[in-house]
Amino acid sequence: MASLKALKDRIGSVKSTQKITKAKQMVAAAKLRKAQAAAEEARPYAERLSSVMAALASKVSGDDAPKLLAGTGSDKRHLLVVVNTDKGLCGGLNSNLVRAAGVKAKELAAEGKDVEFYLVGKKGRAPLKRNFPDQISAQFDTSVVRYPGFEEAAKIADELVEMYEAGKFDVAHLIYPTFKSALAQDPTIDQIIPVPAPATEESSDAVVEYEPGEEEILEELLPRYVKTQLFGALLEIAASEQGASMTAMDNATRNAGELINKLTIQYNRSRQAAITTELIEIIAGAEAL
Amino acid sequence: MALHFELVTPAKLVRSEDVHMVVVPGAEGEFGVLEGHAPFMSTIRDGAVQVFKTEGGAPEVIEIRGGFAEVGDNGLTVLAEHVDG
Repeated sequence: MASLKALKDRIGSVKSTQKITKAKQMVAAAKLRKAQAAAEEARPYAERLSSVMAALASKVSGDDAPKLLAGTGSDKRHLLVVVNTDKGLCGGLNSNLVRAAGVKAKELAAEGKDVEFYLVGKKGRAPLKRNFPDQISAQFDTSVVRYPGFEEAAKIADELVEMYEAGKFDVAHLIYPTFKSALAQDPTIDQIIPVPAPATEESSDAVVEYEPGEEEILEELLPRYVKTQLFGALLEIAASEQGASMTAMDNATRNAGELINKLTIQYNRSRQAAITTELIEIIAGAEAL
Repeated sequence: MALHFELVTPAKLVRSEDVHMVVVPGAEGEFGVLEGHAPFMSTIRDGAVQVFKTEGGAPEVIEIRGGFAEVGDNGLTVLAEHVDG
């Protein structure tokens, strides 16, 4: 049986761990509210943009469609853009994402496609590098800024479009978590390049005038659409990270509490045993006189 | 006699209000939008959007960067990548 002092130290150390997890949980809860608000505020822009896209894409079709919409004509080389968090302490969020990416990569590989990765965020790097050592083509560091925002999304999108124009890949998929609640963040896979033609909702038949022209507008719109998609993914990862972190830390705090209770009982028992032994010794000594 | 004007950036909905007229810096020249404008879509160059709340009043100037404007049945929507101030 462990000595009294060792037990006491152990309880002290678990207590201080509990303090840390509790603090992290509260911080995550506060940040989650902020991240959710940011995600809400970004919605109008994305909605308007995709409705405009739908209207335009249905008009410009066939051979004059820009490459970003029509594709390169082949679908041999796939790029998986995996969005991970920069920090840990958020439960299984990152490993779920990495697993989803791995499954998708194997699926594509089984179909005879070439797969490469483009990594956003720090936490996905190590496991993906281990599993697919030669297929990481590039990564983007979001850890230098506190809250990755539209600027970062724009940089990533520009880089992707550049790689696409240079013919480095044919199809790009974006892998990111969808924030459902603090308990559930499901990895989602969306195709972002070529831009999937949005479902056309037949709006009014009014003749819309375009300036400069439909194709020019579409050409400017498509990269912007990719940026918006990435921005959405960055917001989702931010909300998911805080949500997952809150849940994980809540569990950790509860576990620490249980451990403290168990150790305290053990500590009290040992102390009582020591006292009893001492008493017996004293009584035995007194009787011997 | 009011035009519904919305200014949206990726970060948030900046403006959503009824105004008299808005002058937008289109890629091929500035254009003013009043109520009942024909459906129209244009890219925007970086510059100032002038919002006239009332006829003849002083305009409110909003600097925007990158985006496009859409005039539809439900008014004018300006999608900008960045708004100053």
